[in-house]
Amino acid sequence: MSTGVADKTQKTIGGIRRKFAPWTDPQATPLIRYQNVTKRFGEFVAIDNLSLDIYEREFFALLGPSGCGKTTLMRMLAGFEEPTSGQITLAGQDLVGTPPYKRQTNMMFQSYALFPHMSVWDNIAFGLRQDRMDKDAVANRVEEMLKLVKLSQFAKRKPHQLSGGQRQRVALARSLAKRPKVLLLDEPLGALDKKLREETQFELMDIQMELGMTFLIVTHDQEEAMTVADRIAVMNHGKLVQVSPPAVIYEQPASRYVAEFVGDVNILDAVIEAKVPGLVTLRAEAAPGMSFRVAQDCETQVGDTVALAFRPEKLRVELDPPADPTVNCLTGTIWDIGYLGDLSIYHVELANGQRIKAAKPNLTRMVERPITWEDKVYVSFAPDAGVVLKS
Amino acid sequence: MADKAKGRWLVLAIPYLWLFALFLVPFLIVFKISLSQDAIAQPPYVPTFDLAAGWEAFKENFAELSFENYGYVLSWDNDFIEAYGSSLWIAGVSTVLLLMVGYPIAYAMARAPKSIRPTLLMLVILPFWTSFLIRVYAWIGILSPEGLLNQFLFGLGVIDQPLQILATDTAVYIGIVYSYLPFMILPLYSALEKMDETLLEAAADLGCPPFAAFWKITWPLSLPGVFAGCLLCFIPAVGEFVIPDLLGGSDTLMIGKVLWTEFAVNRSWTVSSAVAVLLLMVLVIPIVFYQNVQAREMEKR
Repeated sequence: MSTGVADKTQKTIGGIRRKFAPWTDPQATPLIRYQNVTKRFGEFVAIDNLSLDIYEREFFALLGPSGCGKTTLMRMLAGFEEPTSGQITLAGQDLVGTPPYKRQTNMMFQSYALFPHMSVWDNIAFGLRQDRMDKDAVANRVEEMLKLVKLSQFAKRKPHQLSGGQRQRVALARSLAKRPKVLLLDEPLGALDKKLREETQFELMDIQMELGMTFLIVTHDQEEAMTVADRIAVMNHGKLVQVSPPAVIYEQPASRYVAEFVGDVNILDAVIEAKVPGLVTLRAEAAPGMSFRVAQDCETQVGDTVALAFRPEKLRVELDPPADPTVNCLTGTIWDIGYLGDLSIYHVELANGQRIKAAKPNLTRMVERPITWEDKVYVSFAPDAGVVLKS
Repeated sequence: MADKAKGRWLVLAIPYLWLFALFLVPFLIVFKISLSQDAIAQPPYVPTFDLAAGWEAFKENFAELSFENYGYVLSWDNDFIEAYGSSLWIAGVSTVLLLMVGYPIAYAMARAPKSIRPTLLMLVILPFWTSFLIRVYAWIGILSPEGLLNQFLFGLGVIDQPLQILATDTAVYIGIVYSYLPFMILPLYSALEKMDETLLEAAADLGCPPFAAFWKITWPLSLPGVFAGCLLCFIPAVGEFVIPDLLGGSDTLMIGKVLWTEFAVNRSWTVSSAVAVLLLMVLVIPIVFYQNVQAREMEKR
């Protein structure tokens, strides 16, 4: 269903997306504020003294492993859980103590939670009728929503007569129908197959832009979060580990945990040898005699042990040595090859037995001298490819 | 292959044989008696068929059968129609009372923590371990003028005259509601327990307060259970004999009691058989109705 409406507005959407970064503006007032929120279930601390600001029109993702507290954080905004302490405000209003049916948030449930005894039409109209909206207005809004999710011809069907993808869209239409201040999406695409999921991610982004709403999505799928979100909050054990736009999360992870959770990464234990503003020089046990240069400012001191992280796709794998094989270069033997079609993933075993991954795009169809099992290879990277991580 | 097919037929035949021998044959015997006439004999009706007497005798006997007894039962001069009506009324009121008592119990059970649900179910079924008759007798002890209830209320000083509950319709209602409650609770519980609780969260999220959400979501989704429970209670309650006999008064008119009086006191096997056949027909209609409801339910899935 990707979307005539969006094509028309693509230009403006692109323009807005490009400039959209209210979190960098100290004057901007956040729409949602979590302030020192703690939630305990008995002895278990689900949310640990967490503060977070989310801005209007933002597509915000909460990302983390299961049990990290991301769903609890969202359910507190919907009103299904109350914080043990702390304050949650929506558009300046304190939400704590307000029952869910009086909040201006709507949620799309992971299980969709469609009412099985009602038709698609009645499901979408349910929330509007609660507001005692008059009949024509309800009908208009429902038709509009059905059109938005391309389900007009299914209005009379019951949920069990629809496919999984269609049900997902009914759930989306139902949660959007009341034009909530914030739409909460709880693992909304978890039940769809990969292709449909990827399509739907782009549709969600277009719908969010078109309606100008604030979306808060909970997901454990990092690709999904990277695709849809303006900013991602990576969570672990009830705390925020990093809150940044996707590219920052990926390229400048704040910690080893973030680097490992989002995408593939190679990590070498290293010691800082020297540092000047904008450049750190390191030595790694895994590669004796080599020095590594990373273009980065770093708070850590010379002599500290740190983690040197680099992403597989930023590595060059070659049979011939690079110009200066003593800087930013590792040698090893090919241990294994994963051929993915577009990419090949080389697992390279270093002298000390540690294995690293390097991804190489398969740019040509046939290669004269393909890299193969047990070849000696040089793995090198540019100074701006690595990241020094303190913890 | 042939053996397999034979085996399947055998398995299929067993329930049909069972129904034939234990349901259809007795019914036909009762139906035949209902078409006979009373007589001072052993058994106390004529004609009796004797297969050894030959075809002519059979035809002669067959000609003697008539629907006279049905005319008698269905005539306004006798109390039978009133008894049917009163039975349906008492069963209907009892069913409504059962639903009102049983629904909250089933709801609470379905929303109880998962770990204690089996215990609660057990407690509902527990009364079956004592004989039905003994439990109804126990109510005499509770409801009689010198019974536990009156003593208790005296003790509290709420009353100065004993309440006359025993031998009234009230006692019959109490007895029926008490005895049939598990049959109401179990189907309701199974319908309510299946319900996904996130549906109520979704309703609340869309602006529906809890009480309204009950009527818009929980109640319609529990209707199959409501139907099953009501029919499971209503059908046997119509023909109930023990409860009105033990707890009801002489003016409590129920068809089961009338049938018993016809059979045991008036010794009219033929009229009581006609009453029984008519009662069966009164009950078959709701069963067919119930099956229709179920068939529609199945179609939906």
